[in-house]
Amino acid sequence: MQQKDYASQIHRCFRCGYCKFPTDYSSFNCPSYRRFRFDSYSTGGRLWLIYAWLKGEIEWSEHLAEILYACTTCKNCVEQCPMKFAPDIVDWIVGARSDMVEKGKIPPRVARFFEAVYGYGNPFKQLRSDRAAWSNGTKKYAPGDEYLLYVGCLGSYDENGQKMARSIVHVLETAGVSFGILGKDEECCGNEIYMLGETGLFQNLVEKNSQKFKELGVKKIVTLSPHAYNTMKNNYPAFGGNFEVYHYTQILNDLIKKNKIKPSRAKAKVTYQDPCFLGRYNNIYDEPRQILQSIPGIKLVEMERNRKDAFCCGGGSGNFVTDLLAGSADSPARVRAREAYETGADTLAVACPSCLTMLTDAVKAENLDDKLAVKDISQILKELLSAK
Amino acid sequence: MSDVYEALQKIVGKDYVSNQAEERYFYGRDPGLMPPHEPDFVVMPKTTEEVQEIVKLANREKVPIVPKGAGLALTGLVIPQRGGIVLDMKRMDRILEVNEKAGYVVVEAGTTHGVLKSYLQKHYPHLRHSIPDSPPIATIVANAVIHGQGRLTQQRGFNSDMVSGLEVVLPTGELCRIGSCSVSSYWFSKGPPLPDLSGLFLGWFGSTGVITKLGMKLYPCKKIRDVMLFLTDKVDLVPEVIRKLAHTEMVEDIVVTAQPIPLRFKGNFYILLYITGDSEEEIEFKKKMAWDALMEYVESRDGGFVSVTPDMKPPFLAMPSKDTARFADVSKGGGFEYSGPIAPIDKYPLYLKKLEELAAKYKLFYSSAARVIDGGHSMMFSFSYTFNRANPDEMKRAKTALDEAAEFALEEGGVIWKPNINEQQMIMERMDPNTLKLMTSIKHLLDPKGIMNPGNWEAK
Repeated sequence: MQQKDYASQIHRCFRCGYCKFPTDYSSFNCPSYRRFRFDSYSTGGRLWLIYAWLKGEIEWSEHLAEILYACTTCKNCVEQCPMKFAPDIVDWIVGARSDMVEKGKIPPRVARFFEAVYGYGNPFKQLRSDRAAWSNGTKKYAPGDEYLLYVGCLGSYDENGQKMARSIVHVLETAGVSFGILGKDEECCGNEIYMLGETGLFQNLVEKNSQKFKELGVKKIVTLSPHAYNTMKNNYPAFGGNFEVYHYTQILNDLIKKNKIKPSRAKAKVTYQDPCFLGRYNNIYDEPRQILQSIPGIKLVEMERNRKDAFCCGGGSGNFVTDLLAGSADSPARVRAREAYETGADTLAVACPSCLTMLTDAVKAENLDDKLAVKDISQILKELLSAK
Repeated sequence: MSDVYEALQKIVGKDYVSNQAEERYFYGRDPGLMPPHEPDFVVMPKTTEEVQEIVKLANREKVPIVPKGAGLALTGLVIPQRGGIVLDMKRMDRILEVNEKAGYVVVEAGTTHGVLKSYLQKHYPHLRHSIPDSPPIATIVANAVIHGQGRLTQQRGFNSDMVSGLEVVLPTGELCRIGSCSVSSYWFSKGPPLPDLSGLFLGWFGSTGVITKLGMKLYPCKKIRDVMLFLTDKVDLVPEVIRKLAHTEMVEDIVVTAQPIPLRFKGNFYILLYITGDSEEEIEFKKKMAWDALMEYVESRDGGFVSVTPDMKPPFLAMPSKDTARFADVSKGGGFEYSGPIAPIDKYPLYLKKLEELAAKYKLFYSSAARVIDGGHSMMFSFSYTFNRANPDEMKRAKTALDEAAEFALEEGGVIWKPNINEQQMIMERMDPNTLKLMTSIKHLLDPKGIMNPGNWEAK
């Protein structure tokens, strides 16, 4: 979690370009390079430009900031970079963003993201009191419940995320899991805030959330979003927030294995989008697939780029709101929607509210919405639940 | 210049042209040690027609044009010495045709080696091309234009020797086809039986036109590929070892490496031999031939084969080799450059001695990889030095060492590969005057306004 002293290391990038590819070099796997195609938008370009900015060889500009913030921190570069510093690349980018935040030099869209989270506890400027509007009376967490279901901003306010939240609640209730939500007392998890470089606000969110969890006696957290899962599992402990954190696919997979939920037969050809914060960040590739494969009648087909080579939907680092990669057939979500369609699948399964909303929009933009349904894994399960 | 910017936007669309400081900064330098110089515009065409329009515009406005692939030559060949337009060709990335029986592929100019490798593995696993050790983003066209080498170079020559046709936008904007594709729909030959005009473009670093399509020969991809390692501490023996191995005609690729660390490497010469075959029998036979060729040195204890265990093999067998790029981070500095003369293989001991001398003189970390070319007719010997990008003094020392290495290599009969603009002058000063006159005439004939990658192959 610690941002490395990026300024003293960042010159080490040779700009060799391995970061642009997946393992088999079949196409470009860096979302912002794939979108814009100027080398300046690749990881190597970004690192060289940051170094130039630090040395005073180029001035700050909004364009420079957009190049920096167009990175979705998907970690493809970390997987592919051949150098020893590869694991530090995202920390370097976050470090440079932190410097820009401190100097007040960030793109307006990112500034609005911060303002919204600071003022409303979510990036959509939605009322705190509406945070549980989706929940249809879902039980609030109370001491003694086994799990806190952390719904997150997208699950609370985004139309697709809300559907996902309701599905997860339904499945957990069907399985008899002891859990509750925070409702309007929930706050942004801070993952995007951290990735965007607002370390002060991030720390504030972590402390507030951790405090609340502790007061309620929370021991185990289930998250809707891989983004929340990532930060609560990997960043919170540094601030004393030590909880057992699970992504919902881990819990649902376990419930299936224990026969606590039993999906009925389906007829579908499904492909699966690995969320970056579940896969590359936390090495969770199997559980979502095991859920899908456990459903009778579902045929799982892989996209060419999968697991650690999966192509990001373009929503990471707050881009599901700031949308710095939008506006083109080369936008990552649209590229990915086409790739999913090319598998012959009729359903694109996701395990992340950011992927859900990005890819749902992309499928519409590609006029594929009558051919390819985008569904969260919990939605697929909910539709097929026949018995405990 | 604002008129040019607007005209470029009209040609390629506003998303694919930039005059912003960030793109100008990045495209104004490469990872090597040549001084930067920024372009006025970076443009990314998608089609041959767009390239033609851009070239016509540049001609009209007398604006320089520098076609660029990945910019990995390290010698500043795509640094726009006089500004103007850098044409980033990587959006022209279609693989247009694979002729399986004739064994060639036709690609657009921005197609990368990585993508072609992946494509062939998936669709034509029995075919392969000569993959260089540069990173996978290197484009096939740019690699051919600099006379790059690859994993098939020992058997088949320079990668440019494997070119089987070209489509070129001439500096005046006309479109021209070179080789069999100029009279037929097949791209099987860049020259014979016609006059070979490919030499007007290959090796010229984009100073005579913009290649928009290229045919490249494909070769059998055998089912098994293996590596052997012969070690000797006798530098004078290296040329003869290479000669004997090449004589067997059993070895696909031969690379000699030398470096001072880890310590076990110092003073030793590692000769990597790559063997391919469709069966274990074929592999064993070829290995035996290589073994027999060097047996006298094993018996005299002047060298020996080192067992290559399965865990050692993946980095040796990787194509491209990530270790090449990793060299830049050996001293955590993010930089390396090499001077790579093409020279007779018997120059190996002399060049190696100079490499070490210069490293000691300028306090630099070094390594060398020598790749055998075309059955041992020549080799590419790399004088490679690392440098720390955050240490201007070390960068200066590395540059001086490279300059001296290039001078030495030339004095000793080598010819510098992908020479920077200063090294080009050194070469042209030594060149037969009538050859130079011919080159100058050709350049002027093709590019009367001197807009194509100016500064390169330009006689003073």
